[in-house]
Amino acid sequence: MENSRSMELVVGAFVAAGLAALFVLAMQVSNITAFQRTDGYTVEAYFQNVGGLRDRAPVRMGGVPIGRVSGITLDPARFEARVELTIDARYDDLPSDTAASIRTSGLLGEQYVSLQPGGMPDSLEDGDELMLTQSALVLEDLVSQFLYNQSGDGGDGGGGSE
Amino acid sequence: MVGLLQRMGASTLASLGTLGRATLFLLRVIRGLGELVRRPHLLVQELYSVGVLTLVIIVVSGLFVGMVLALQGYYTLVDFGAEQSLGVLVALSLTRELGPVVTALLFAGRAGSALTAEIGLMKATEQLAGMEMMAVDPERRIIAPRLVAALISLPLLAMIFILLGIGGAYVVGTSLLGVDGGSFWSQMQAQVSFTDDVLNGLIKSVLFGLAAGWIAVFNGYDCLPTSHGVSRATTRTVVVTSLVVLGLDFVLTALMFD
Repeated sequence: MENSRSMELVVGAFVAAGLAALFVLAMQVSNITAFQRTDGYTVEAYFQNVGGLRDRAPVRMGGVPIGRVSGITLDPARFEARVELTIDARYDDLPSDTAASIRTSGLLGEQYVSLQPGGMPDSLEDGDELMLTQSALVLEDLVSQFLYNQSGDGGDGGGGSE
Repeated sequence: MVGLLQRMGASTLASLGTLGRATLFLLRVIRGLGELVRRPHLLVQELYSVGVLTLVIIVVSGLFVGMVLALQGYYTLVDFGAEQSLGVLVALSLTRELGPVVTALLFAGRAGSALTAEIGLMKATEQLAGMEMMAVDPERRIIAPRLVAALISLPLLAMIFILLGIGGAYVVGTSLLGVDGGSFWSQMQAQVSFTDDVLNGLIKSVLFGLAAGWIAVFNGYDCLPTSHGVSRATTRTVVVTSLVVLGLDFVLTALMFD
């Protein structure tokens, strides 16, 4: 009897430890808290090229995360990428001419959407479109532009890069 | 030539027959699960011998797997100046793949083999036949609690394994390799998704638990009732469980992550 009681205790502790591990994984390791935060409003922005931007990438203003990318689709009429940005309800007073650009944190880090505030007095509403956008910098385009300029400049000296 | 064909055909038929017996056996065990509700102490006892006794090897290997991942990952990431992503690398590899798979492999070696040997020995010493004589259904009384215990234990063990692995990686990363602890956690939280990564890992480990438990109890129940038969069944449990877990993992990964 004594033996089976202590065994029950040990088994209970084991099950509790397993469930606690799952709980810690949910709260500490994954972003379940960010997942639950759906109280925000969604605005959309059209980019010619989103580069490596992915779903759930952060939206930042002044470097502070204020929301997440909630969807990236191709607009079939405009042939541009339509990016939905879900912004935390706390920041409900952004100027309506806020500009969006796709930036990279660090040289090889993840890509995020950076918002620059404009000067209009009225604020962004749910479903609004950000008119001023700047596409992601694609490294290949930059390199090819650079090489093209190089060979143009050094045309008489034997065209360095070719 | 004809002999070869005959042997191939015979072995194919034999393995098909084994698969059929195993499936019918599983269905009978599932039908007998009601007994467990009335006698929960049977399950507690098996959770102890299947789950708690496996905990030590899971704790130790979880810690070391996490620490090695941190070391190896760091040396690769530091070349790209991305050592802050160490937490992401460790957490994703553990939750998606290593946690469920390594736990299932260790479980097959530690608990699956013990289950097969125990049931096989019961069969060899005719305890199972004795139970049937006394109108006690061994599938309900012996098999069902062990299968359910495996099904419950493996996910719990996998979660403990993953958490300790991440903890080990954190200790090695911050104290030994000089990764910033804050960005270790914050990048991990930004990149690891609960539904996509943690929950899919949990689903994997539940399925692995079902596979490992099923293979272990069936091999014990189906073995030749001799000492040689029990030893072969035990070996077969470990080999078949490992192969099934690895194959199943490939299929599940292809289905879950795109």
